[in-house]
Amino acid sequence: MDDNRIEEREEIERISGVDVRKCMRCGKCTATCPCYDEMEYHPHQFVCMVEKDEIEPLLKSKSLYKCLSCFACVERCPRQVEPGKLVEAVRLMVIRQQGRNHLNPDMIVKKLDDRMPQQALVSALRKYSK
Amino acid sequence: MTYSYFPGCTLKNKAKELDECARLSSECLGFTLQELPQWQCCGGVYPLGKDEIATKLSSVRALVAARDAKQDLVTVCSACHNVIKQVNNDMQSDKDIALKVNNYLQLDQPYSGETRVYHYLEILRDKVGFDTLAKLVREPFTGKKIGAYYGCLLLRPSKVMRMDNSENPRIIEDFIRAIGGEPVVYAMRNECCGGYVTLEDPQSAKIRSGKVLFCAKDQGAELLVTACPLCQYNLQKNDDYGIPIYYFTQLLARALGLRELKGVPDGR
Repeated sequence: MDDNRIEEREEIERISGVDVRKCMRCGKCTATCPCYDEMEYHPHQFVCMVEKDEIEPLLKSKSLYKCLSCFACVERCPRQVEPGKLVEAVRLMVIRQQGRNHLNPDMIVKKLDDRMPQQALVSALRKYSK
Repeated sequence: MTYSYFPGCTLKNKAKELDECARLSSECLGFTLQELPQWQCCGGVYPLGKDEIATKLSSVRALVAARDAKQDLVTVCSACHNVIKQVNNDMQSDKDIALKVNNYLQLDQPYSGETRVYHYLEILRDKVGFDTLAKLVREPFTGKKIGAYYGCLLLRPSKVMRMDNSENPRIIEDFIRAIGGEPVVYAMRNECCGGYVTLEDPQSAKIRSGKVLFCAKDQGAELLVTACPLCQYNLQKNDDYGIPIYYFTQLLARALGLRELKGVPDGR
């Protein structure tokens, strides 16, 4: 096994606090995810792939930016694996790198409309950029 | 009773009604919301990373200001409530986060999560009491079928938020009964509206909100209430059924006879 890949898994586990080995593959996280059909890799696949050190595809996936952080999977996981925290950790691994922000303030202007609440902007910037 | 109050960024701008109606109503119900001096935006989303420290500081500063004022802290916005309450939980239970935050802030008295955080709805239920509220209602929403929209942040994660049963909540339904309305229970009331993804991908939010609205309409809701400005935005923007979406404080102020609510007659 490639040492680099093991280091990535350990980093994700450290940031998220998630123990992927607790997962029993029931799929409830994906079943309850409001965005599962827009995700290339579903929440249960995030858990499974991190466990198998298949992290590279996750780092490149657009699925990272589809997660709503709605805590549905965190709340409903029967084994307290809490996949949403894992998705967040993988996203942080990407956007913490120099020049890898998914959203920058100058990209926001054309996305605004008159009624959009400030909450949408601060939340999106928190999730998509560092 | 006076509470420290954290309004949050949106309540000073796009969601002024949520804030103003909360303050107006509180005076009528016998408690005062004292806005924290120089509060800072909570960030809108709880930073889930265990090594995230800087993004939790604004919440801790608000919690410390309330502690130093010897008051409990009240929030109205679902997102502010979620972020501040989860950060408070970290300060109580995560030694590593608490140590780093305290090392950075260098407070006279270190903070370890001692402030109690309440959502305005909890004040109505647990301090004022829905029975007392019902007696103070002057213009009830009699016969009005009102759906509660909890969304995601008010209830989850339930082991931290501890507001209500996260899968079968009743706090907003009880509130609706107290103001004379008829609560409409529908399955999607605690599923996400699409949240902040609306900024980048409005179509995604349209699908999420559309499912909520369809379900509410199907069960006969004439209007929906929420505590979250982002839910209000996503639902109202994507409504194809003519369902108005109001903040719960707007209905509260209306029921107490404090304010007119455009397009919503009282039940008399």
